[in-house]
Amino acid sequence: MSVLIYTENAEGKFKKSAFEAVSYARAVADQNNTDLIAISIGDVGDDELKALGKYGANKVLNVSAEKLKNFVNQAYASVIAGAAKKENADIVILSNSFSGRGLAPRVAVKLGAGIAEGVVALPEQDGDKLTVKKNAFSGKAFAQVQLSSPIKVISLTPNSYKVEERGVTPSLEEFSAEVGENDLKAVIKEIVRSTDKISLPDAEIVVSAGRGLKGPENWGMIEELADLLGAALACSKPVSDNGWRPHSEHVGQTGIAVSPNLYIAIGISGAIQHLAGVSSSKVIVVINKDADAPFFKVADYGIVGDAFEVVPQLIKAVKEYKASA
Amino acid sequence: MKILVCISNVPDTTTKITFTDNNTQFNTSGVQFILNPYDEIALARALELTDGGKGTVTVIHVGEASADATIRKALAIGATDAVRINAQPSDAWFVASQIAAYIKDNPFDLILTGRESIDYNGSKVAAMLGELLDIPSVSIIKKLDTDGSSVTVEREIEGGKEILTIPLPIVAGTAEGVAEPKIPNMRGIMSARTKPLNVIEPAEVKTFSEIISYEIPAPRGQVKLVAADDTAKLVELLHEEARVI
Repeated sequence: MSVLIYTENAEGKFKKSAFEAVSYARAVADQNNTDLIAISIGDVGDDELKALGKYGANKVLNVSAEKLKNFVNQAYASVIAGAAKKENADIVILSNSFSGRGLAPRVAVKLGAGIAEGVVALPEQDGDKLTVKKNAFSGKAFAQVQLSSPIKVISLTPNSYKVEERGVTPSLEEFSAEVGENDLKAVIKEIVRSTDKISLPDAEIVVSAGRGLKGPENWGMIEELADLLGAALACSKPVSDNGWRPHSEHVGQTGIAVSPNLYIAIGISGAIQHLAGVSSSKVIVVINKDADAPFFKVADYGIVGDAFEVVPQLIKAVKEYKASA
Repeated sequence: MKILVCISNVPDTTTKITFTDNNTQFNTSGVQFILNPYDEIALARALELTDGGKGTVTVIHVGEASADATIRKALAIGATDAVRINAQPSDAWFVASQIAAYIKDNPFDLILTGRESIDYNGSKVAAMLGELLDIPSVSIIKKLDTDGSSVTVEREIEGGKEILTIPLPIVAGTAEGVAEPKIPNMRGIMSARTKPLNVIEPAEVKTFSEIISYEIPAPRGQVKLVAADDTAKLVELLHEEARVI
């Protein structure tokens, strides 16, 4: 038996969420007193692959076939399931990223495995049963899911498990898997990455603004604050519904759920649907001119004041802090 | 073009979530159930693609009769007909297996789901259906167009997007941006009463996952307020106390 972790790359580099998933998978392997095998698919250099050992992978399988260079969930699922069988893996772990959501269920079906997705903690194992905590009701609750199949698939919520360094020197191995033409029907025409911006699901700090900003022309100060903090931008539903900001920034029950270390909400009242999407943030700061805004009830820190006065001052304070740091 | 839209019956987004039976059951008492918002988007796009006699839209739901009001709502919005597989939807694997069994007997060109249901947030049914039917699936799409033999979709990735073309049939999970939800008109509501809602019995499916308990996130402590003219204090607290910057 073994634990298999699929590490997703973006343009040949692993993201922090991949290292989090390896750290998590290492801890699961330790629970079972077994090896951790990582699998990487695409054009990733040896140094980057070896970095997976730093977080505890004993062996790294590298799949570098040209036709698998870009992510196609159907083909990648075949490769990962093939590796799981070859390595006799009984737990397969992935990151619950946008791509992971299209991939993990296919891997589970191929392996006849039960799946727990969006998990936020280490599992408890009792014989053949594995129980693990996952998000439910769009952040309003957690559920303990019990898997009872011989093989189990787990996908980990990004930013919910801390990266841990182990310093293992892994062996590297080329792995070639059977991928049929049927698996490669989807053709990628174009990949657009805004490389200058931090992506919202990966961000450690998120600066979010709502209707209190009054119009899209006032986002300059929000962007400036986010840039200063190295934060991703987010917004409330009315803001994206009004077309002030793109849907991809909408955080909440019907948008993206985020769990950054710091969530700064500016001019957002805190409707229950919005709170659902941000409740697992580690620290929440609320800036709102209405002292009765419901958001203050779930905030760690708050400023009651007009965003147009507070935000420029906050920008100044952050600049001063950075200058002195 | 024949389109199938898979729909869930979920608690209204304003619902305060509570549990009963020692935190093992979701407390449905007083809860208003609605058509899952992402499925509403899928349905709206399906109707746009078939507008003007270019095809039919069937909605399918795995669940008990208590969901019939939500199914009728989908018919009122404009679906041609509906299927309900009469079973408790115990997990995503169960639901996907039931729908796949139906599709094997009744093929469709395009199968849409919402990107996830807002109750269990699994995001699994689209990809499971793709695997069970051995056809492509895309899990979170923000745009979808078709020429009748293939689709072009825009898929969300971290910090960007990916544009793919895929020959039909495929399964796609729709997110915001694909279409605006449609509100049923009076004619739709009247005609929904007489549109076919076929109830069929489930196939036998063994499941491997079970929710054994729930919990509500721990409440945060009292908010620490900082004066509006002392933003430097907030920065200091975030650095020294919260240690997040």
